[in-house]
Amino acid sequence: MNKNTAALFSGLVFGFGLAVSHMVDPGKVLGFLDVAGRWDPSLLLVMLGAVVVTFMAYRAISHRPKPLFAPKFFLPTRSELDRPLIAGAAIFGIGWGLAGYCPGPAIAALGLGTWEAPVFVLALAAGSFTHRWFFETRHRGKRHSTA
Amino acid sequence: MMENFTPVSALIGGALIGLAAAALLWLSGRIAGISGIFNGVLNPESGDTGWRALFLVGLIAGASLYVTLHPTAYTPRAGFPVALLALGGFLVGFGTRMGGGCTSGHGVCGVARLSLRSLVATAVFVATGMATVFIVRHVIGVQP
Repeated sequence: MNKNTAALFSGLVFGFGLAVSHMVDPGKVLGFLDVAGRWDPSLLLVMLGAVVVTFMAYRAISHRPKPLFAPKFFLPTRSELDRPLIAGAAIFGIGWGLAGYCPGPAIAALGLGTWEAPVFVLALAAGSFTHRWFFETRHRGKRHSTA
Repeated sequence: MMENFTPVSALIGGALIGLAAAALLWLSGRIAGISGIFNGVLNPESGDTGWRALFLVGLIAGASLYVTLHPTAYTPRAGFPVALLALGGFLVGFGTRMGGGCTSGHGVCGVARLSLRSLVATAVFVATGMATVFIVRHVIGVQP
């Protein structure tokens, strides 16, 4: 195994988990966000299950000097609560509430035969490029990804 | 209330997502943030495109595998307005790029690392997501 097969394997398990938990169904996601309607807390338990497992695993992994198939760990180092973080998260949440998809489930659903997934993913790319072209020109060459 | 609640599949699916994130860090040293991985593929000049593309291929294959094994587990949504879908996708793409993460990168991996940035981002996107659904469904009164 190398870092490419490791990524393929991780993606496979991730996508399987998204389908098991019904998160590829946007109605399920909107049911969680609809606190004033017939609220469906399932997404909360998906997050809880994922966070608990990741928390414990990350703690165990953090004692290791380096990953198995890479020279070092690539972890976000920024800690400031700046305006792009807050505004970006707010805009993301609005789009999430309008459509019921976030990036993972939308990309995972590309193989499920729904026309919604390719439309959403194309718009996702357009939104990302729009931010890059109009708001990152002064920071060219500097990556902002923190997570 | 809660007649759609599926706690068992939610916890099992969530644990699998956590195992996937753990595997990516343990094996490759990377955070399983899907918006970041997707942006890396969109901008190949940043390098390291191969593993990111393969992760996304795996993501698609994994969901397809489960639905192939359990065809009754998934029914595509019907009749949703394409304009709303496109607007939602655009805002998600723009916002996750600006805020440096989405539900997986901030919501799962960042929260699990107890990152204050990710905890705040997650609280903000859940709040605006809930506010948006409230306005659409209960103020405007439509259920697209």
